[in-house]
Amino acid sequence: MERSNVDITKLQIGFGGLKVLENLDLHVDASEFLVLLGPSGCGKSTLLNAIAGLIEVKGGQIRIGDRDVTWAEPKDRGIAMVFQSYALYPRMSVRKNLSFGLKVARTPQGEIDSRVGEAAKMLRLTELLDRRPSELSGGQRQRVAIGRALVRHAGVYLFDEPLSNLDAQLRAELRVEIKRLHARLGATMIYVTHDQIEALTLADRIAVMQGGVIQQLDTPKKIYREPANRFVASFVGSPAMNFLRGRIVRNGGPAFIAGDVRFDLNGYAFRSPLSDAPAVLGIRPEHIEIIGSDHPSAVTARVEMVEPMGADALIWCRLADGTAFSFRADADAKAGAGDVLGLRFPAEAFSLFDDQSGQRL
Amino acid sequence: MSAIALSSVRPRRVNPARWGLYAFILITALYFLLPLYVMIVTSLKPMAEIRQGHLLALPASPSLAAWVRAWTSACTGLTCEGIRTGFFNSLRILVPSVVISIVVGSLTGYALSLWRVRGANILFGAMMVVAFIPYQVFIYPLVRVFSFTGLGQSLATIVTIHTIFGLPTMTLLFRNYFSSLPIELFKAARIDGAGFYQIYARIMMPMATPMIVVAVILQTTGIWNDFILGLVFAGRDNLPMTVQLNNIVNSTQGERAYNVDMAATLLTALLPLVIYFGSGRWFVRGIAAGAVKG
Repeated sequence: MERSNVDITKLQIGFGGLKVLENLDLHVDASEFLVLLGPSGCGKSTLLNAIAGLIEVKGGQIRIGDRDVTWAEPKDRGIAMVFQSYALYPRMSVRKNLSFGLKVARTPQGEIDSRVGEAAKMLRLTELLDRRPSELSGGQRQRVAIGRALVRHAGVYLFDEPLSNLDAQLRAELRVEIKRLHARLGATMIYVTHDQIEALTLADRIAVMQGGVIQQLDTPKKIYREPANRFVASFVGSPAMNFLRGRIVRNGGPAFIAGDVRFDLNGYAFRSPLSDAPAVLGIRPEHIEIIGSDHPSAVTARVEMVEPMGADALIWCRLADGTAFSFRADADAKAGAGDVLGLRFPAEAFSLFDDQSGQRL
Repeated sequence: MSAIALSSVRPRRVNPARWGLYAFILITALYFLLPLYVMIVTSLKPMAEIRQGHLLALPASPSLAAWVRAWTSACTGLTCEGIRTGFFNSLRILVPSVVISIVVGSLTGYALSLWRVRGANILFGAMMVVAFIPYQVFIYPLVRVFSFTGLGQSLATIVTIHTIFGLPTMTLLFRNYFSSLPIELFKAARIDGAGFYQIYARIMMPMATPMIVVAVILQTTGIWNDFILGLVFAGRDNLPMTVQLNNIVNSTQGERAYNVDMAATLLTALLPLVIYFGSGRWFVRGIAAGAVKG
């Protein structure tokens, strides 16, 4: 199987006067699983459709497998695509759905049969081959759609929110199946989603997009731990990251002051030179710990509400100045509304952002 | 207690108001069926019996003689070969007109369904209005156009005319259906390498079966019932059944053969009647088809 890399340079896409993407650069390695993550309208689907050749670009270049395909027809790009709405051909059986593209390309019948058989086996569709799409469940339909992509033996597989139409349990199942497929085929995959869990679980690298711009392109771990700006920090992670407004002071060792609470910044890896300035401190709920209010570095907070989540519990608190935040604690942590807790905020888990630009400090 | 007792009484299904309603429906139905009844009984009576004037009476000895005459030997102007020539003329006009108008209309509808620009709905609204402009307005200009291009009056002319007049409705019917399909279906087929016409023929049209049935019904009844276009554009040798029927009914000399007139009329109405009775189920299904995806 061919595995193509994808190179996008200075890509421009617009509809009428509206610019959707401007000077976008993106490189995807062969065999890489890249996820384009962002809210609706961020341009991620547009980018994917441009790679597929389904919308015209205004400028720039798209190379797939070191071939310039900017103006090539979709079928000539060496790509296959899976859509959110499955887009199966309703009047054809599963077998015909899988083989349609190969038939159009005049592939010999023997080759068609072997490829369809192989894809059906891989996706457990063999028993369903003679059914119509209307006789399949949502999960089965999406497996057929994935199968239709697989038989093309493409260099790049494109997924446009393939799991968004499924219910939560099926989504989790198919997510694993797609990951397994990637591990097994080692194919290049570009996957669009607005679901950050899908992105974190599937991707080798995630490109977080907003307003047609890639905000951060990195491994899931880096995206999660060291978000490049406030948008990435707030979009990725569930329950969401806490943000506290305040200012950085260098006096007496670097520290972050929010209201009358002082957070020690020793151990925080600053990217930019340290200066006294208003800033936003971000910390993920699982990084805050209970240490007891008598501890010298403890920050005290009053519990407002406890949300049990099964494996653990999310505890909602307020600082003395009224700032609200949440943290994860043991499912059987003894905390109830009204309790006062002593908490530890570890500086190495902080993300500090400039108050104005929102960029990581 | 009394409240419970009241609400536990099952309401009677048929009350006097219902009876009134049924009576009204029945009388109305009979009223509208009366002409059909009169036509059928009259066509089965010999002239001697008709002359007695008992319009509603059943025929004393029903006979199909008038039907045979209407079909084989009634005079339509100069020739006396019955209405069958008209029937076959109509068929020769009908089949190509229906097929061509549906093929062209579905193809334009398919192309326009992909053309999703702002203001498209206004344009299609305008097309709908155009579809309702009375034909009479177009007749004189069209006659000039066809005589100028040398096509004159012929089978090809009348087929062209029916195709043109069918286009707005056919195009809109298919455009609305195809726009209701997810655009991703088209994208998927493009990635599979199918071209514009391949997608039309192998994916879109097989999905549009209910729409095709509706289109066949609309076009068949419309074209079969047409009188004026056939009269003007078909030419002397291709006059449709409706025109022949008019000739039979209006050009009799001597005693008017009511039984033959009735039989000829019923024969002319037969095809649309069969279509209406046979396809009501499909008609509803086709209209509802756009509403349910899947």
